Amino acid sequence: MQTPARFDYERATSLQGAIASLKEHEDSRIIAGGHSLLPMMKLRLASPTRLIDINDLTDLQYIREEGDEIAIGALTRHVELLKSELLAEHFPLFKDAELVIADPVVRNRGTIGGSLCQADAAEDLSAVCAAVKATVVITGADGTRTVPMDQFHLGPWTTAVGEGEILTEVRIAKRPGGGSAHEKVERRAGDWAIAAASAAVWIDGGVITDAGIALSAVGLTTIDLTRAEELLRGQPPSEELFEQAGAIASEDCMPIPDSRGPVDYKRHLAGVLTKRALRKATARALS
Amino acid sequence: MTAVGDRPIGFGPLKRKEDARFIRGKGNYLDDIRLPGMVHMAILRSPFAHAKINSIDTSAALALPGVAAVITAKDLETLGLAWMPTISYDTQAVLAGDKVRFQGQEVAAVIAIDEYIARDALQLIDVDYEPLPAVVNARKALDEDAPLIRDDKDGQLDNLASPTWEAGDEESTDKAFAEADTIVSRDIIYPRCHPAPLETCGMIADFNPETGQLDLYNGNQAPHAHRTVYAHVAGLAEHMIRIKCNDIGGGFGNKVPVYPGYVCAIAGSIVAGVPVKWIEDRSENLMSTGFARDYIMKSDICAKDGKITGLRVDVIADHGAFDSTAQPTKFPAGFFHIVCGSYDLQASHVKVKAVYTNKAPGGVAYRCSFRITEAVYLVERMVEALALEMHIDPIDLRMQSFIGTEQFPYETTTGWTYDSGDYHKTMRVAMDIAGYEDLRQEQEEKRARGELMGIGISFFTEGVGAGPRKHMDILGLAMNDGADLRVHPSGKAVVSLSAQTQGQGHETTFAQIVAEELGIPPEDVEVRHGDTDKSPYGLGTYGSRSTPVSGAAVAVVSRKVRDKARAIAAQMLETRPEDLAWEKGRWYVKGDPSVGATIFDITERAYSGDSLPEGMEGGLDAQVIYDPPNLTYPYGAYIAVVDVDPETAHVTVRRFIAVDDCGVRINPMIVDGQIHGGLAEGVGIALMEVITFDEEGNCLNGSFMDYLIPTALECPDFELGATVTPCPHHPLGAKGVGESPNVGSPPAIVNAVIDALQPLGVNHVDMPCTPARVWAAMQGNAAPPQ
Repeated sequence: MQTPARFDYERATSLQGAIASLKEHEDSRIIAGGHSLLPMMKLRLASPTRLIDINDLTDLQYIREEGDEIAIGALTRHVELLKSELLAEHFPLFKDAELVIADPVVRNRGTIGGSLCQADAAEDLSAVCAAVKATVVITGADGTRTVPMDQFHLGPWTTAVGEGEILTEVRIAKRPGGGSAHEKVERRAGDWAIAAASAAVWIDGGVITDAGIALSAVGLTTIDLTRAEELLRGQPPSEELFEQAGAIASEDCMPIPDSRGPVDYKRHLAGVLTKRALRKATARALS
Repeated sequence: MTAVGDRPIGFGPLKRKEDARFIRGKGNYLDDIRLPGMVHMAILRSPFAHAKINSIDTSAALALPGVAAVITAKDLETLGLAWMPTISYDTQAVLAGDKVRFQGQEVAAVIAIDEYIARDALQLIDVDYEPLPAVVNARKALDEDAPLIRDDKDGQLDNLASPTWEAGDEESTDKAFAEADTIVSRDIIYPRCHPAPLETCGMIADFNPETGQLDLYNGNQAPHAHRTVYAHVAGLAEHMIRIKCNDIGGGFGNKVPVYPGYVCAIAGSIVAGVPVKWIEDRSENLMSTGFARDYIMKSDICAKDGKITGLRVDVIADHGAFDSTAQPTKFPAGFFHIVCGSYDLQASHVKVKAVYTNKAPGGVAYRCSFRITEAVYLVERMVEALALEMHIDPIDLRMQSFIGTEQFPYETTTGWTYDSGDYHKTMRVAMDIAGYEDLRQEQEEKRARGELMGIGISFFTEGVGAGPRKHMDILGLAMNDGADLRVHPSGKAVVSLSAQTQGQGHETTFAQIVAEELGIPPEDVEVRHGDTDKSPYGLGTYGSRSTPVSGAAVAVVSRKVRDKARAIAAQMLETRPEDLAWEKGRWYVKGDPSVGATIFDITERAYSGDSLPEGMEGGLDAQVIYDPPNLTYPYGAYIAVVDVDPETAHVTVRRFIAVDDCGVRINPMIVDGQIHGGLAEGVGIALMEVITFDEEGNCLNGSFMDYLIPTALECPDFELGATVTPCPHHPLGAKGVGESPNVGSPPAIVNAVIDALQPLGVNHVDMPCTPARVWAAMQGNAAPPQ
């Protein structure tokens, strides 16, 4: 049996209590679903001194409309993202992604906050949130601040969440004419992506007014394809345009060779998936 | 009476007796067992593939509160347990003393009051390693400058693990090739993979210093043979060792060998005088216990006048650091020489050379009968390659080349005597289920649209149920199995077996054999196994042996009881035994069927105070040891249909048709279940399962995140069919089936992938067919796995 090193455990009863405890105990970690943290602890790749369990903070578990935005609480489980009609209506790429994230056991426990904070470049929801230009809400002892997704991941495994802070909410602006999709190739159902692409487009009058494209698993962090987004803006959608965006994806990604594949294949896949995600997102926007 | 409601008394589909507890989560596995006073063991493993050990400092670990002992090679030396024999007459370090020879090798064992402290203590053991260059590539193991791995062996000057072994005839094979009109050559690899049972290996050793009794709780596939090995290794009296296997969560060959952890747990219990529990974790299982395959093969195949005539194979077998390959003594390459397959060849020749590398030892038969999986993969890939070269349908080439029904018993060019078969019929049944002509039509249409669809064929013949004592043994032990049947006064029966189930449904199948032979309902027959104190001697469960050997033993012992019952019935009916006839569950008077005695009447009589035939002892028991006269030869025709995404190269197995001829089917439902499980494993091996190493010999697949096993989502809805050609020498006509689907399915899938890629001119790809590897093949860059 794999066993973690010794650690203390507390079950938080309030957000402020959890934040205070994080500050008080050096090397303490928040635990929600635990599907990334616990395996790392068992493999002794992580040895936090204390786990602060926020699973009782159900105030952080919601998907709701707030004015022009959709707000998702950090403790919202994958399965809730999968089944949300609200998200399916406005941002169907969540459902695309959730259908291929891990397996039902993980989806029943894992949370959106945990996924984003793990900052694993191969993780799907980071690309999803980047593509739809989400912002995240980070709460500390002195209040909250918001950070756009493109400034949230500072590097592999590191985020803008500071000491004594907790990611509490993800917010996405609803804009008219939008469509989105997530495409992934994996070696086996539930595996991390070899590569994945999230795309969102907003179309008005037959022209792409804005676009968001992000890639998983082809770099040290989620890759924002800003050059491809610029290419798309102001253009009418077309296969040729998507091909060009795919070519940019192949060029701009920074894959690392591993057992999932060599660099040339991952670059190729980034291009193919970018093209496919744009094609599907556009079809959805126009439907 | 042949059935109660829809439940057969005897052969037929019957829900498994054992599933009542399994599906309720009430199985009792090794880790469920807690003995009074039990302590826990954890093993420190080498981070290096090859390194000299300068020193081991255990003082900090010993100082940790809760740690009872730390065992190293030095401690084992004093007990004579530092090295142990392997199943292939090599020696293996129990704990490394001089140097480590693979990453994950056992270096020290900690015994502590709980498993957490034991693991904490591992991090406090200070080992001074001096890294050495590692031999990772088996092809380079015999290079002159290759570092010597086994400097512990006197006279070992290179990394050759065993001398070249040959089968068939080189000269006549050369002649067949000289006369051929088509020759195809391929380099084919069966990569290293792992049986990966969901329950990992482990043991609780409980030595009683007062009585000298050693109780071992250990899920393994050959408890009696293990007991004999422990008696030899530890110098303990065999009759004072008892092995108890509880429920086992899968074996697949992985639980055949004796592992160093077992010996450490035994040594720990002898030293500590209390029960010691050791359960390995997933990474330990994948990185250190018996791997499978790892055969690097070079082959030529030839044809003349549209028929396959000759086959040559030259193999480098990668055995890892110690040769613990599972195989009968006289067969250092297992049964690989069944590679001539299902074909009536003019000649064939096989050469196998085995080398040591700095990788985990193993070479276990992962759901295969001793290297038959490698053999079937090779020949079926080669036949496919030949058909491509000849521009003929791969089924046509097979049909032209099959051994004909009239040729059985058939002596192969490598010395096997196949007992029976009708290969053409089985192939046709598979074609019918598949709708083969329509599939080819569909493929043509899809190709015209740029879609990549492939149809792959595999036809296999296995030799299972090892084996006749005149031909084979393991470590000098005949490969026979016992059965002990006791029918109690109330007519309920207990049958004890030397075979040990790991999930195959023995408790149901063997009860059905007794039911078929005696007419006692299967629910009234309890199957006992896995306790060496309560079962007769035998070599266990692997190589699809259970039904061919133990199943035969159960049939024979039941018939022994039936014969005794006949004599008792004759006395009861005041007639002679030869005047009685048997119908299921009852002896009756020939010519007057209304006069008879049921098995229950007879049982009552056997235990009663009433008289028995002159000289007969009371009771209704019997015991046998079964020595099979030959192997059994199950075969099958498999067809895979795959779709390959032309852009991403992702392979989907859309359909899989499996027609097995395993002879008489005792419980067709269990047979189907076995086939489903083996096909799923075949999908895994063909598409994703592989153990690879980097240049330093670091294992890259030490968890289920990196060693992928398939899920239901990768498996199509399997389409099964059957033909039944009874085995002529097995008492029930059964042949065994457990391994067939694992043996037969990988070549069908790989052949299908290559078939799909024909428009791109791809004629070879090695397993696993991951998207990246298939894409490389599509670019013309097919490469063997690292």
